[in-house]
Amino acid sequence: MKKFILTSLITLALITNVSAGTDGENELSKKRPGKVKDCFESLNRGTFALNQGLDKVIFKPVAKAYRGLPSPVRTGTSNVLVNLSSLITIPNNILQGDFKNAGVNTGRFVINTTVGILGIFNVAKKIGFSEYEKEDYGQTFGKWGVGPGCYLVLPVLGPSTVRDTAGSFVNVLGGDPWYNASTHGNNEYLSKSDYMATKIISGIDFRAKNLETIDNLKNNSLDFYASVRSLYLQDRQKKIANAKATIEIMYEGDWEEIDTK
Amino acid sequence: MSKNTLTIISFIIIFFSNIGGAYSIEPNVFVQSTVNRAAKTLGGNLNKIERIQKLKDIAKETVDIRGIGFYSLGSYRKSLTDEQKNKYNIIFEQYFLKSFSSRLAEYSNPEIKVNSKKKINENYTMVYSTLVATDKRPEVKIGWRVYTKNPKNPLIRDLIIEGLSLVRTQKAEFSSIIESNDGDINALFESLKNFKN
Repeated sequence: MKKFILTSLITLALITNVSAGTDGENELSKKRPGKVKDCFESLNRGTFALNQGLDKVIFKPVAKAYRGLPSPVRTGTSNVLVNLSSLITIPNNILQGDFKNAGVNTGRFVINTTVGILGIFNVAKKIGFSEYEKEDYGQTFGKWGVGPGCYLVLPVLGPSTVRDTAGSFVNVLGGDPWYNASTHGNNEYLSKSDYMATKIISGIDFRAKNLETIDNLKNNSLDFYASVRSLYLQDRQKKIANAKATIEIMYEGDWEEIDTK
Repeated sequence: MSKNTLTIISFIIIFFSNIGGAYSIEPNVFVQSTVNRAAKTLGGNLNKIERIQKLKDIAKETVDIRGIGFYSLGSYRKSLTDEQKNKYNIIFEQYFLKSFSSRLAEYSNPEIKVNSKKKINENYTMVYSTLVATDKRPEVKIGWRVYTKNPKNPLIRDLIIEGLSLVRTQKAEFSSIIESNDGDINALFESLKNFKN
């Protein structure tokens, strides 16, 4: 029943989203970035302030402590988490029709899980595998032409859009093999708490890697909320377009009228 | 003709034939040279005030501050009077230099390697570089949008860090401030003037 309600909500959100995309309000597509509406800005700003408070009291101090761990421990932890994320990336590669990368990422996962001891060592990189690019269901929806919908700030989880939030729900509806194995795997080795632990450590790992960057951005922003929103939306645009080197050319038109020198 | 005379004539020919292109500079060389100057400043023995001043001088020479300022205004730039434009240029430059230098002043001895370049059109070339990893942070890819309309005087117009444009982010920020003040551009002017980091 729970699954049915969630599935219905996602379907509804996506249908609404596709419709919104057709009336010109949501211009963000895989080919051309546009303005994503911040429909709930007051609420979002409130949630953002709450998240900032939580960050100050919990996440930042924990991330600082995590930073104190020996570098090989942090690298190994990060590698394990990245390796687990392949389990979401691979089905999304397939859903996006990118069978080549699905194969490469499957090979990478098998090598790192076995030879690399559960992903602690990134053996695949050492033997010449290409750089790993994460994919998720939000990106796949974007690739399929689903508009982002309104911008959202989720409690604890941070910036998102309606589409990306719907994508995250797919993980717990059977789209993430790691979630399935740990929660519904019916085995004595894994439990739901293992899944939760990996998600929490992922967040801490991300925060620890960006301690200075986030502080710097915060100190130098006139409107930190607007900066984070812009960076999140640019990042999603880049990932959906899978355009590592060409993303800046997509914004070419914006510069056309600036010719001051 | 003696050997010495030939050498002198050759020198004169080479000297004068180079005058036309003497100041033309490749965008990747320009970026690497700018980065080296900044790194030298950050890694030197200057105190914080001197270091910030030096960084500001480098930015004034190598960054198109005026262009970035107008770009950051988005569509609002069209509604500015000449008087407002002049006022904005002054305020924005002060804000930009303060923000830019304090962002950089946090780094000590950053190592940036320029890897490649890609010409987008006659006016722009992207230069791709890498901020080398340290034990505290991972490697960072930095793209430089270089304005090359005048090849003798290239200017930086944007930094794209891991695919995220700093100038676009600034534009979104400015737009948010103006919109949340019912389209009043003076609210932005006040925010820029009051910026303290």
